[in-house]
Amino acid sequence: MMKREDCFKALARHVTDEVVVATYSSAVEWNDLGPRAPNYFSMGAMGLASSHALGLALANPKRRIIVLDGDGSLLMNLGSLVTIGAQAPKNLVHFVSNNECYEANGSHPLPNPKVDFSGLARSAGYAHVFEFNDLASFEQQVAHVIGLEGPVFATLHVERSRPLTYDYPTLYSPEKRRALKAELRKG
Amino acid sequence: MEAQTAAKANEAKVELHGANIIAAIKASGVEFVLSVPDIVTSAGLLRPIANDPTLRLVRVCKEDECIGIASGMHYSDKRALILIQYTGFLDSLNAIRAVAVEYKQPICMMVGLLGHEPERLPTESGRYGVRIIEPICDAMGIPHHLISQDSDVAKIKPAIDKAYADSFPVALLIGRRPLAQ
Repeated sequence: MMKREDCFKALARHVTDEVVVATYSSAVEWNDLGPRAPNYFSMGAMGLASSHALGLALANPKRRIIVLDGDGSLLMNLGSLVTIGAQAPKNLVHFVSNNECYEANGSHPLPNPKVDFSGLARSAGYAHVFEFNDLASFEQQVAHVIGLEGPVFATLHVERSRPLTYDYPTLYSPEKRRALKAELRKG
Repeated sequence: MEAQTAAKANEAKVELHGANIIAAIKASGVEFVLSVPDIVTSAGLLRPIANDPTLRLVRVCKEDECIGIASGMHYSDKRALILIQYTGFLDSLNAIRAVAVEYKQPICMMVGLLGHEPERLPTESGRYGVRIIEPICDAMGIPHHLISQDSDVAKIKPAIDKAYADSFPVALLIGRRPLAQ
């Protein structure tokens, strides 16, 4: 079992101009690593991170889009796996942090904590599917994973996080959204 | 009696052609159509759109996916139109509330009013689900336009242009099955 923040630190070492779409607890921990314009925080409608990412991926085929999804979030939008599998954007990488609970809503367990997200992604048509339980293995492979021709999916089996502060108005501020749009207009 | 016959004759001439709607969609700069099939718009809109190489159709599994996808596209200055049934609109209300209304995004929705009687106003429909659509849009502050006949098609481009100019959603309500020919 890994810590999500350690996974994100490992990922951040390889992220350059990719748009990172992060939701709820993942957004908080990704944002804690420092501000960057091409961050897209998907709030307000739980589950839609992967759909926001698909829209970005189809509209920006030359830029890589990385989704930092949650397990509870993805369960609310499982159909998006099929939609993404069908559209097959080569520039989309989809991580789901699986801590088997709704962490942002009191850490209540998922209806079925043993759901196989990677298996679902594989059958939905993702080109490459991974599963990580060990930080050393993730650190070793993360650059390879995010560089593959997508759609790529990876389940990160993580512990429940330290207590987080969910400051949604700041995460999804109009300034952040304007900065993202300006960044994307650079091409 | 003669007046009734004349009224029926006039009613029979009222038509809505899918080709006109599609031309208006293209004139609005829409590149992507995001859709779950709806029997109201199946033959007259979705099928020809699927065969139109100048529009890119993204078939989704559930209507609220469209709200996220359209949002992502908007950040990249790409225009999208969501083509769904009113049941899917109702199912997507939280996504519309958050992504479209609260975050002020130009989410453009074309919504088939399944079961609507075209000779009536939607608010006077015998179908409860149809009757509540315009009041829900009003409650959420979403501009809406009824497209029930060919003369209504002229509303589409200005409505989509205004949505993007104002960065705010719009609902185009299809009140009659568009003809395929």
